[in-house]
Amino acid sequence: MYDKLWLIPFFPLLGCIINGLLGKRFIKNEKVIGAIGTGAVFLSFLVSCKYFIQLLGDSVKSHENIVASWISVGNLQVDWGFLLDPLSALMLMVVCGVGSLIHLYSIGYMHGEEGFYRYFSYLNLFVFSMLMLVLGNNALVMFVGWEGVGLCSYLLIGYYIEKQSAGDAAKKAFVMNRVGDFGFLLGLFIIFWTLGSKHGVWTINFVEISENAHLMSGDMMLGAGVTTVATLCFFLGATGKSAQLPLYTWLPDAMEGPTPVSALIHAATMVTAGVYMIGRMNVLFAMSPTTMFVVAMVGALTAIFAATIGFAQNDIKRVLAYSTVSQLGFMFIAMGVGAFTAGIFHLMTHAFFKACLFLGSGSVIHAMHHALHHAHLDDDAQDMRNMGGLRKKMPVTWATFGISCLAISGLPFFSGFFSKDEILWWAFASTRGSMLVWGIAVIAAFMTAFYMFRCLYMTFYGEQRTNPKAKDHIHESPWLITLPLVVLAFLATVGGLIGIPHVLGNLLGHIPNKLEHFLAPVFEHSQKLHQIEAHGSAATEFGLMGFSVVVALAGIVLATIMYIRNPELPGRFTAKFSQLHRAVFNKWYVDEAYDALFVNSTKNLGIFCWKGFDVKVVDGIVNGVAKLVGALAATLRHTQTGLFQNYALTMVLGTVVMLAIFILN
Amino acid sequence: MEIIFFYLVALVAVVSGFLVIRCQSPVNSALGLVNTFFCLAIFYVMLHAPFMAAVQVMVYAGAIMVLILFVIMLLNLGTEARKRYTHGIVWSSLASLLVLFNVIYFIKRGRVTGAEGDITTFMVESVGHTELIGKAMFTEFLLPFEIASVLLLVAIVGAVVLAKKQV
Amino acid sequence: MISVYHYMSVAAILFAMGTYGVLTRRNAIVIFMCIELMLNSVNLTFIALSRHLQSMDGQIFVFFVMTVAAAEAAVGLALMITFYRNRDSIDVDDMNLLKL
Repeated sequence: MYDKLWLIPFFPLLGCIINGLLGKRFIKNEKVIGAIGTGAVFLSFLVSCKYFIQLLGDSVKSHENIVASWISVGNLQVDWGFLLDPLSALMLMVVCGVGSLIHLYSIGYMHGEEGFYRYFSYLNLFVFSMLMLVLGNNALVMFVGWEGVGLCSYLLIGYYIEKQSAGDAAKKAFVMNRVGDFGFLLGLFIIFWTLGSKHGVWTINFVEISENAHLMSGDMMLGAGVTTVATLCFFLGATGKSAQLPLYTWLPDAMEGPTPVSALIHAATMVTAGVYMIGRMNVLFAMSPTTMFVVAMVGALTAIFAATIGFAQNDIKRVLAYSTVSQLGFMFIAMGVGAFTAGIFHLMTHAFFKACLFLGSGSVIHAMHHALHHAHLDDDAQDMRNMGGLRKKMPVTWATFGISCLAISGLPFFSGFFSKDEILWWAFASTRGSMLVWGIAVIAAFMTAFYMFRCLYMTFYGEQRTNPKAKDHIHESPWLITLPLVVLAFLATVGGLIGIPHVLGNLLGHIPNKLEHFLAPVFEHSQKLHQIEAHGSAATEFGLMGFSVVVALAGIVLATIMYIRNPELPGRFTAKFSQLHRAVFNKWYVDEAYDALFVNSTKNLGIFCWKGFDVKVVDGIVNGVAKLVGALAATLRHTQTGLFQNYALTMVLGTVVMLAIFILN
Repeated sequence: MEIIFFYLVALVAVVSGFLVIRCQSPVNSALGLVNTFFCLAIFYVMLHAPFMAAVQVMVYAGAIMVLILFVIMLLNLGTEARKRYTHGIVWSSLASLLVLFNVIYFIKRGRVTGAEGDITTFMVESVGHTELIGKAMFTEFLLPFEIASVLLLVAIVGAVVLAKKQV
Repeated sequence: MISVYHYMSVAAILFAMGTYGVLTRRNAIVIFMCIELMLNSVNLTFIALSRHLQSMDGQIFVFFVMTVAAAEAAVGLALMITFYRNRDSIDVDDMNLLKL
């Protein structure tokens, strides 16, 4: 029944290989390359749909499909195996669905680029890795995908290979992810070793880990529970991949890549891998309240911290990047307070509206770029100060971007409303939640609404600040670009309806929370076991819901006042709080601090190793040996006279000596 | 009587050998060498190996020495330069003296066993040395003999190739 | 009575002289002749021992030594002619192409 699961990652891999190997020399045609790339992901999407529907009607909710044995050493048995359960099925739908839309979009967006085939090959490889990550039935297969998406992220951020900044950003992303991966592996080793050596369960299979996790409840390590240490390590991995404090700085820089890449990798899928991973290991995380608290706090701090930076950025993609970091913070809040379903829910809705936002910004950039190029201007095509008033020029983009802004701000009945509200409710009422987390999250939600609408207003409203020469060349993008926008905007609008909260569902006539029901087999067990639940009266929940709507509206209204009614207001604020503004504009100098703390010290260590150790000691030894040999040779070369009689003399003497030894013995 | 004759011939052989290594002119050295070869031929006769003596005279004293003399004449070689001649003489003397002592000591110390084969003096005289050599050569040592012929062929070809005008 | 030791002693003296010649002389042809001298001293040893041991093998060996000597003479002298043609000398001190 479920034995063709391997087909899902297989198609993108095939597409990657075909485009990568044949794209440059043999296929060449952009349309064919694009069709192969998009088709591969779309085929995966179809297969995913089939299995998703099949799983909906199935009473057994967890299916493993072992393709081949991978490592078999002693107690360690690792298979190339896939696991289909509601969680991975949902992720499959998101990855393949959003993925194929973005592939379609890319055909239009990347038109005429130098490395068109390379782009699609990488993108397919990314989808393949992401599907391996999602589908893997054990931590090692997941890790293959985990590293694979990191690699593809590196390749795609550095896609514009001629740009120095792109290369730097790619390296930064790769190195920061490496820091996180180290945590992931460490956590994996701890779990594997503890389960194996103490309890005789040698496994890295997720299902088996979940079943045997309770054995570890009494084990201690470094003065804390084993599960706490291990899950903190896992969480370190998640912060790296999902751009949380303190490892978030790579994500805004990752905007150097093409915009569809930002949409797919750095908004919709890859960066949510950390959230998915926590969801996958929810049993372990639920066992450690400490870790859960850390996760929630880190998520809350990230959410508000990134939101503040979002206030002052002028690059449209950077605003979205900080918004992504902030929204990921929300997901971690959800994971931290035990609202696993809500976290995954927000992951899904975020994938819709953030992908839509990114693709919308891509559409704007695309149009701006063409216009500026046409007018032979060097203005920054991504700077919102060069935009404004694009509503009339690009109506489809405007509409979809606006819908997504409403969704992300959490206005009622858009998808973001349901998911964000669920998170806030759990943060407030969960046994693992707290007022503090809830308070920070609410402030972050307010800020989100404000800066998203600031972005919307600066781009699409007001007077057109584009250079007059380029003004008239701005047009709506072709259908390849707008079609995915429309689809995503539609999903961003209605996507939330699968997870209507109980109170609201009851009010509207017994609409069940379908998502919660669907994901229950994955999360319910650990939530029940550790008494993780949100308790509170329906009135409280309604009150909070209303409050968060008010907060969002306040943000929107504030943005409207500042950027529509009184456009000179932001300037005055900036002038008044110039110190603060500069700090925010420069991202709180976090990059500089990291440079001073880690980068430079590492660099100095490297320079010491190079100039102090390598040059003096290692090279000294090597050169010393060479000089010694040289001196020896200079002495010995006197014996090499080139006169054969000297050689003959030596030979005779040697023979004499050997003969003498023979005789004397 | 025989021993006196032996010492006489040995003396001539050694003196001729000394001439070979000391004469300035290569022609004189060559003549000294021919003299040594003849002395050795006499020794071969004394050792009841008349065929070897004949071959020694014909091949060495005849063919090879003629070839050497021919080349000396062809190249019109004069005497060696005096000052270059003394170069390395101390070490060389030492080395050859050591060789001599080694070999003499070896001979003195070594024990040569008694007769092992059946080629007695009587047999050599009755059957004939040449026949005995021929029998050994074409039965027991046939393969080396044939290989020697190939070696000679190779040497001829090599000599022709090397001595050609354009090398 | 002349023993095998007598012959071998003579051979040893001749051999040592040949060695000395090879090591000191500069003229390639003289060196060549010295090598012939050494070969002959060995031949004498062979025949003396062959006689003493009443075996034919040693003499057969001498035969082969002569064959080799003849081949050597042919090739060696051809080499010398070639060398002389190129360098106008057969002094072994001039044979230094292998030296840097």
